[in-house]
Amino acid sequence: MKIIPGGVCEPGTTRVNKTGGWRTFRPIYDYDKCIKCKLCELLCPEPAILPKDDGFFEFDYDFCKGCGICANECPKQAIEMVLEEK
Amino acid sequence: MAVTRNLDKDKMVVVEGSYSVAHSVKVCKPNVISAYPITPQTHIVEDLSQFMADGEIPNCEYINVESEFSALSALVGASAVGARSYSATTSQGLELMHEVLFNVSGMRFPVVMTVVNRAVSAPINIWNDHQDSISQRDTGWIQLYAEDTQEIADMTAQAFKIAEDKDVLLPAMVCMDGFILSHVYEPVVLLEQDLVDKYLPAYNPEFVLDSKDPKSFGAFADPSTYTEFRFLQEKAMEAALQKIEDAANDFHELFGRYYGGLIDEYETEDAEIIIMAMGSIIGTIKDVIDARRSKGEKVGLLKVRSFRPFPKEAIKKVVKNAKVVVVLDKNISIGLNEGALFTETKSCLYNTKIDVPVVGYMIGHGGRDIPVGTIENIIDEAKGVISSGIKVESQFTDVREELI
Repeated sequence: MKIIPGGVCEPGTTRVNKTGGWRTFRPIYDYDKCIKCKLCELLCPEPAILPKDDGFFEFDYDFCKGCGICANECPKQAIEMVLEEK
Repeated sequence: MAVTRNLDKDKMVVVEGSYSVAHSVKVCKPNVISAYPITPQTHIVEDLSQFMADGEIPNCEYINVESEFSALSALVGASAVGARSYSATTSQGLELMHEVLFNVSGMRFPVVMTVVNRAVSAPINIWNDHQDSISQRDTGWIQLYAEDTQEIADMTAQAFKIAEDKDVLLPAMVCMDGFILSHVYEPVVLLEQDLVDKYLPAYNPEFVLDSKDPKSFGAFADPSTYTEFRFLQEKAMEAALQKIEDAANDFHELFGRYYGGLIDEYETEDAEIIIMAMGSIIGTIKDVIDARRSKGEKVGLLKVRSFRPFPKEAIKKVVKNAKVVVVLDKNISIGLNEGALFTETKSCLYNTKIDVPVVGYMIGHGGRDIPVGTIENIIDEAKGVISSGIKVESQFTDVREELI
């Protein structure tokens, strides 16, 4: 890598710099409670919530920082925040 | 090369200092001007606003902003898309820009900004000293200081050329003394459009912000790369040393006027006492030197045009045979009791074989008048340094004891 003065670089560098390691709490879906309302996907600031073929969603743990907004906003309490342990 | 003014009297017009700057900006054909008025800078952006209204600046966007922070932030975006960008400010406005000053230089945008030097609050004061720009010396901006209204007009065009040079790519502050230069009416030759077109090539940056070819600007740099960004900024400043000389020489060729590059000298060749200063005070000092020379006293002047990059080598060359160097500063680092030009001059002579006493005077704060008599006293005290050494290394000048 060579530095370009001014810090000019091609876009997409955040794909390389994975930030999931910052997480303290890990969100987990309970698909029995989920009504596919999509609020979690819309409100995720990352975005680290991706749609699946069956209409449910899944977390991209490479980039989810565990902020908990999805769990807080879920109208059916279908997301649980679980402490990350080694 | 000696100072040459070569003023064509048929071309001279009497205008306000601010107008001479605004005119220079106009003929440099900026693409974006951001404006937030503040005394004593207001007339510059007012004049530019009039030029815009009269359709005299083609292909230019004039942005009214809600603060100086926004004024400079707007130019970050403008410069990133490849626009030649200009603003002007002073004092509190410049201090409010502090964070953005680092962003502009770190992102290597060659923004040119006129700083109409004014004291900073508190206590509130709208008159001239250099505390505002000196306080921003470490932000990675080139800083040039002009002596009179013709020089500030000419220096503005030079600043664009220096800043936009591909080996430099650093923003530049062009500093002029508030009121003393900004509000004075003097005869000047306004820069001719055809000559400026020859002098100043178009700004064509290697990278531009373009949605068709997306790039990140000013990207995150962690500890493994941050040092190198600072190192490259310093290298660019070093490159600017020669470019400032070149810009002055090229200007001389086309326009016939020359004031020195990094520095200018006046009667320094055999001088025992050398006075150093920046800005409009230079004229007063030259008058005093003329009077002293007529009495056979060997007094000379070293005018600093470029404070950043700091012209260490040029200064050493001039002062090496002097018996005393006297540095005048319209600023103070409170807690050090020294002005910046004094501190840095002293510093660049340390670790060298040059052994000349250097004394400093802090002068003209908040627009305090600097009469000839004050310069006379300083020269007399300098003679005392030659005969009996330094008694006071750095001091305030003309303090009114009855008020304290």
